[in-house]
Amino acid sequence: MSRSFRAETVKLVRRPAFWLLLAITLVLSLIFTYVFPYASIAGGTTGPNADRTLPMLLPDRLVGNSLGGLPVFLGSIVLILGVLTVGGEYGWGTWKTVLSQGPSRLEVYAGKLLTLAAAALVVVLSVFAVGAVSSALIAVAESQPVHWPSAGDLLTGIGAGWLMATMWAMLGAVLAVALRAVALPVGLGLVWMLAVQNLLAAIAAPLLAWVAQLQKGLPGPNAASLAAALGAPGDTPGVAATVGGGQAALVVAGYLIAFAAVGGLLLQRRDIG
Amino acid sequence: MNLPVHTEGLTKRYGGLTAVRDLDLTVRAGEVYGFLGPNGAGKTTTLRMLLGLVRPTSGTVRLLGRAPGAGRLTGVGALIEGPAFYPYLSGRDNLRVLARYAGVGADRVSLVLDLVDLTERAGDRYAGYSLGMKQRLGVASALLKDPRLLILDEPTNGLDPAGMADMRTLIRRLGAGGCTVLVSSHLLGEVEQVCDRVGVISRGRLIAEGSVADLRGATGLRVLADPLDVAAARAGALVGEERVRVVDGGLDLSIEPERAAWLNAELVDAGVAVRELRPRERDLEQVFFDLIEKGTADVA
Repeated sequence: MSRSFRAETVKLVRRPAFWLLLAITLVLSLIFTYVFPYASIAGGTTGPNADRTLPMLLPDRLVGNSLGGLPVFLGSIVLILGVLTVGGEYGWGTWKTVLSQGPSRLEVYAGKLLTLAAAALVVVLSVFAVGAVSSALIAVAESQPVHWPSAGDLLTGIGAGWLMATMWAMLGAVLAVALRAVALPVGLGLVWMLAVQNLLAAIAAPLLAWVAQLQKGLPGPNAASLAAALGAPGDTPGVAATVGGGQAALVVAGYLIAFAAVGGLLLQRRDIG
Repeated sequence: MNLPVHTEGLTKRYGGLTAVRDLDLTVRAGEVYGFLGPNGAGKTTTLRMLLGLVRPTSGTVRLLGRAPGAGRLTGVGALIEGPAFYPYLSGRDNLRVLARYAGVGADRVSLVLDLVDLTERAGDRYAGYSLGMKQRLGVASALLKDPRLLILDEPTNGLDPAGMADMRTLIRRLGAGGCTVLVSSHLLGEVEQVCDRVGVISRGRLIAEGSVADLRGATGLRVLADPLDVAAARAGALVGEERVRVVDGGLDLSIEPERAAWLNAELVDAGVAVRELRPRERDLEQVFFDLIEKGTADVA
């Protein structure tokens, strides 16, 4: 499997789309987590997130601020990365090229998943790094003391962020295998994450008790709960404490494994066209 | 003995459509085997089944004596249904990635690029390659593992005449070097020039197999002579009237071509002026269409 992991890593690192998605992730994270709220605070304007105060942008809130985007917006970008990594092989017709060299389907698939997991870690670490620099700059600019989260909190936050990001990447991967394409899985994945999840939470769940119960088992609300449990601001779109942090972590991990397993099963059983 | 390719009763059905039907295919070690058939006959589906890309509905496949499973494609190189690579990587980097999957050293990459004459453009992005260059890169990828069995699906597609000639030379050279080659094609001339043995597939069934000469079937002699009636009478007396036919102002004789000199001498002795005397072979294209027609009728 290590040879597949190395090959997949080369393909991902050399792929411009990966760097573009990473750049978009960091820019969105920077702008919506720090720049707009700070500009609002500095300018005294009101609007969404206007209840964010300066202490919420300082380094001791790094973990929560870094996780806030992962249940929906940054998670969507990681989902796209998952689709591209697996679905690209269908789009370019390269499954046959790769498999003709001898590795088994599951060996290649496992290499892809490992690479996606590593890429998810890179994304999360980058978000944390950008957040650290941004919050430190704000603290210095506002003459505030710089207090960092403890090493344990940082590690827990990074681990939780990796769990969420990897789960979304696996969802992208399984959609790509199921639909054997790129465009449709991206479209459906984004519709689910940006529209269906929000509609369920905002409209259906308050009206119907069973939908509210169902929410507690879905990946988005559990990712949102995990982020909330680790300090993500409650006014961040998609962040809400529907269940406890421990349960959320378990459910997110369960979905990660399930998505990976279903994708592998489908890939193993179906013909390569 | 481990046959490079051996299938028994290989069948693939897609719903109500049978793409490949009870295919028993055997390719012997060291031969260049042509897998001939019209588009849609089941060639690519068969090759995909050999490589494990498509699962047979029934039947068995063994490559180099190995059944499906881990390590099955060790020593097997393949180019199936046209080249497919990562467009954002160069040709060389594409091969490097594939070399990692194959578990071969990077030195093989330069070697196979040389073999297909692509070294000069190896640093260019694959997306900018011409169809011919893409095809050559596909063949290079098939050669990465220094295979003992090479499976090529329509390898000359997209190549210009010079490229096609180069490809035929390469295939012949690989065959001469001990590599077993299974090459599919719908081009008769291509198969005729490079293959030791040919299998013809139509509507998923192997309808004929043998050397090109075998497939051509009975040969004879074509004679243009004056006067034709005297020539026909004399030839009939010599070889039997049932073996002589007057066709298009000449004689078609169903006898061994090696008897040409003897026949010429006899006709000249009989006062016949022989203008032309040559072996008569069935046109391979006609043989092919006859076989396809026969196969279609059998299936129907």
